[in-house]
Amino acid sequence: MKPKIVIIGGGVIGCAVARELSAFSADILLLERAVDVAEGASKANSGLVHAGFHAAPGTQKAMFNVQGGRMFEALCKQLGVPYRRNGAMVLAFNKQQLDILHELLEQGKANGVDGLEIIGREQVLAFEEHTNPTVEAALFAKSAAVTSPYELTYALADHANVNGVGFQLNTEVYSIEQCEKCFRVDTNKGSMISDIVINCAGTGAGRLHNQISDRKVNIVSRKGEYYLLDHDNRPMFSHTMFQTPTGMGKGVLITPTVHDGLILGPTALDIDDDADVSTTVDALKTIREITSITWPQESLKTVVTTFAGIRAHETGGDFIVGAVDGAEGAYEAIGIESPGLSSAPAIGLYIADRIAEDFHLHRKPKRIPPPARPKSFADMTVKEKRHAYRQDPAYGSVVCRCEQITEAEVRAAIRRPVGATTVDGVKRRTRAGMGRCQGGFCSPRVMEILSEELGIVLNQVTKSGGSSRMLSNRIEDAFLEMDGKHE
Amino acid sequence: MKQTITCINCPIGCRMTVETNGDEIVNIDGASCKRGADYAKQEAVSPRRMVTAVVNVPSCQTPLSVKTESPIPKDRIFDCMRAIGNAELKTPIRMGEVVCENVCGTGVNVVSTRDLP
Amino acid sequence: MANMNEMYVDVLIIGAGPAGMAAGIAAREAGLENVLILERENEIGGILKQCIHNGFGLHRFKEELTGPEYAQRDIDRMEELGVAVQCDTMVIEIDSGKRVTAVSRTHGVQVFRAGAVILAMGCRERPRGALAIPGTRPAGIFSAGTAQKLVNMHGFMPGRRVVILGSGDIGLIMARRMTLQGAEVLACAEIMPYSSGLNRNIVQCLQDYDIPLLLSHTVVDIRGRERLEGVTIARVDEKLQPIPKTETEYACDTLLLSVGLIPENELSKQIGVELSAVTQGAVVDDTLQTSIDGVFACGNVLHVHDLVDFVSEESAKAGRAAADYLLGKRRAPSESIPVADGSGVRGVVPQRLCKPANNAQASGVRFMFRPDRVYQNVKVEVLDGKHTVKSVKRRILAPGEMAEIPLSAGDIQSLSGNTVTVQIME
Repeated sequence: MKPKIVIIGGGVIGCAVARELSAFSADILLLERAVDVAEGASKANSGLVHAGFHAAPGTQKAMFNVQGGRMFEALCKQLGVPYRRNGAMVLAFNKQQLDILHELLEQGKANGVDGLEIIGREQVLAFEEHTNPTVEAALFAKSAAVTSPYELTYALADHANVNGVGFQLNTEVYSIEQCEKCFRVDTNKGSMISDIVINCAGTGAGRLHNQISDRKVNIVSRKGEYYLLDHDNRPMFSHTMFQTPTGMGKGVLITPTVHDGLILGPTALDIDDDADVSTTVDALKTIREITSITWPQESLKTVVTTFAGIRAHETGGDFIVGAVDGAEGAYEAIGIESPGLSSAPAIGLYIADRIAEDFHLHRKPKRIPPPARPKSFADMTVKEKRHAYRQDPAYGSVVCRCEQITEAEVRAAIRRPVGATTVDGVKRRTRAGMGRCQGGFCSPRVMEILSEELGIVLNQVTKSGGSSRMLSNRIEDAFLEMDGKHE
Repeated sequence: MKQTITCINCPIGCRMTVETNGDEIVNIDGASCKRGADYAKQEAVSPRRMVTAVVNVPSCQTPLSVKTESPIPKDRIFDCMRAIGNAELKTPIRMGEVVCENVCGTGVNVVSTRDLP
Repeated sequence: MANMNEMYVDVLIIGAGPAGMAAGIAAREAGLENVLILERENEIGGILKQCIHNGFGLHRFKEELTGPEYAQRDIDRMEELGVAVQCDTMVIEIDSGKRVTAVSRTHGVQVFRAGAVILAMGCRERPRGALAIPGTRPAGIFSAGTAQKLVNMHGFMPGRRVVILGSGDIGLIMARRMTLQGAEVLACAEIMPYSSGLNRNIVQCLQDYDIPLLLSHTVVDIRGRERLEGVTIARVDEKLQPIPKTETEYACDTLLLSVGLIPENELSKQIGVELSAVTQGAVVDDTLQTSIDGVFACGNVLHVHDLVDFVSEESAKAGRAAADYLLGKRRAPSESIPVADGSGVRGVVPQRLCKPANNAQASGVRFMFRPDRVYQNVKVEVLDGKHTVKSVKRRILAPGEMAEIPLSAGDIQSLSGNTVTVQIME
């Protein structure tokens, strides 16, 4: 009989595990509390594939980062996810910081990172002319890259789904209980029994872990805020620009996004509420102060938006990936903060292999390839655009002006295996609404298409599920409610 | 009775004080031109406004935009809105077509401001 | 070599809003046969279609029309003249050789080769992200124009309890629209000590419905995880920084933003025209020609206007200029005289004057600009170098209303060639 596996959490880790496991014969269900996958840390981080010199040798962080980093390019290519090896630099402005660069270099070598070298001021300025000219030197990491964390998550989810993994969204796991040879998983949608559970629940993972293991963990919600700048021209920096690390992580950085935007951030603040993704005056000020050291002529004129993400930090400082201590059949990937995205492919593979071995899972003779990701209309040549239009006239209808996204692409995003059901879901899958007008032009049309595709009334369309409806009622109903108020 | 009225005729926006006795103007203070004084008189005695709105028409995606043909008394605006909301409409509708005749007894018609095929 | 896939048009106009319509009509009236307007929406008329309120056309038609009625006047005229418009068509690329690529559902990808191009794309609203207002990012935050579209074109209310940030005219108009349609508008906060909206709108859209206008106030926090639950408004100091302990909380489900309009110049950048950092529109000469030969700009894509009447007037001029350019009637410019912002003046348009060669007839020009603050009883002057060539008295100038000063053909003819400056003298 096929074992039943429940994966808790539809972030990049849960989806990477789901995809790897879908190569095996098993009955797999992924539970996600939000309306969509990639709604937690996976939608709001720096989008970096780290080279792997930041973590201490021998840690899980170091191991999975380096392994994951090596898998990344091929994975992105297979799944049709944007990936660009842009290279990273850690800047040093004084002797003390220069010493740290040398430590990082040695650490990187010990971790097995290739392509690291320390470069001098001239070379830094030749690479990045807007860098503060008082820079002394930099650790240059050739293999560092940028990707799109949510696009990767969607693609992983789609590929898992076409290979039989079920996705149950809007499902929050309250508790896991170990029974004899199985687990009972209680959710807001009822209880289920499972042979194997995999805890990839991000900031919620600590609570679930402690329910089934005596070796307690402590997950802290660490908020990071960001600025996103427009890609009107080429971004001011093409490399990822770190400063020397601090106790709270890799520090505030400047990086191009894979779509030629520029990200400034993140700050790091431990908070009690794991859903508090508000931005604050103080954090935004901190970002400006720190990044202006790297970029003295800093200009925020082209700010498109500010946002915040929550990463799950385990107080021990390392990832906890593998079988759960004292709970046979339970596996986990917790404390997955940076370099979590970089590590995701390796973590997914590791957990799937571990389970396959422990439970003697049968590898399917053949896995269905990932659904083709058509080139975006904006990136097509005129000839390709003509061809696309002949295949589907909805390519002729441009919905989003800023990012040049067509109706065909919006509909396709909704029809994907794990498709968009919300305005934000469409935005992150297609980029409609990500540009400088922030949905001012396209959101009414996107809402219309969502209502058509999902068969719901326009005012049932939500921004991101739950009570996040975009509209209230029809004008005549609003007016009726007012009756009596202005007598 | 004394009322303060902000002039709308130019960007200065004079704050004018109008003293009335019933419908009779007793005094106007603060107007710096004749147009302003005239506006203040009108506003003090019988303020009127154009009303514009839209109405959803059955089986039509785009609502119909409408207006009063001329200003109506300010205190009848919400009555007028209610009447517009209750209007029963059928396409096709031409621009200028009467949607509500003599709205709320004001003697003013509400008309369509666009074609709705 | 002529490309089979390219269609030639005399004048290709991008955008069938008030600017594009007026330019198209004028170009056709000036004798051009082959005028085509490309419009991204499914209807002609641009933003006028959703501006269902009255107050349009007082200058041009001497009567007060609603937006759709104003648009219809131009639509009717275009039909009479045979000005072609293709709707549902988005221009996606344009190059300096005036080759324009567009896509539409009906025609797919089309490539046009134009004798002249008129940029008439209008403007867009500044979004929330650009302001970096702290807080959450829930549903219920709209730019005022998007809300206007949802109410007036889709028949749906964006929300029921509303706060408005910014006192631009669209925000004021929406305060009234939402109130009339049954919503409760709690306040309109404006960070500046004055409103950028027209007095008439402050009176008729806010005061008529007892909606407070909070000058020198701004939104400092946004609350609500899924749908907006409330905002915090605080007073700001002279440097526009929030003053601690002046915060007031408002429970609301909707925040409308009316915090400025930005000319939509993506295509202008692509074609490579020189842009002004002040107006954020193209730099043009007195014929509204940009830095690229045969490419003209008019309306809100050139500089954001307050009144559609002036958009139409300016755009008709661009249409005629494009016709002159193609019919070879254009006076050869011998000298290009730069026009600069003097004290108190921001964003004067045009930024260049073409002094005609030989004895060719110049035409007059009207400089348009915004004052940098409110002025009373001042003189607006045009200087030729240091010498005053024109001076007019103005009782009031406010940033919310575009100011102007005309210069006659004779005045232009007599210019020395030094930089011309427009300034405000107190």
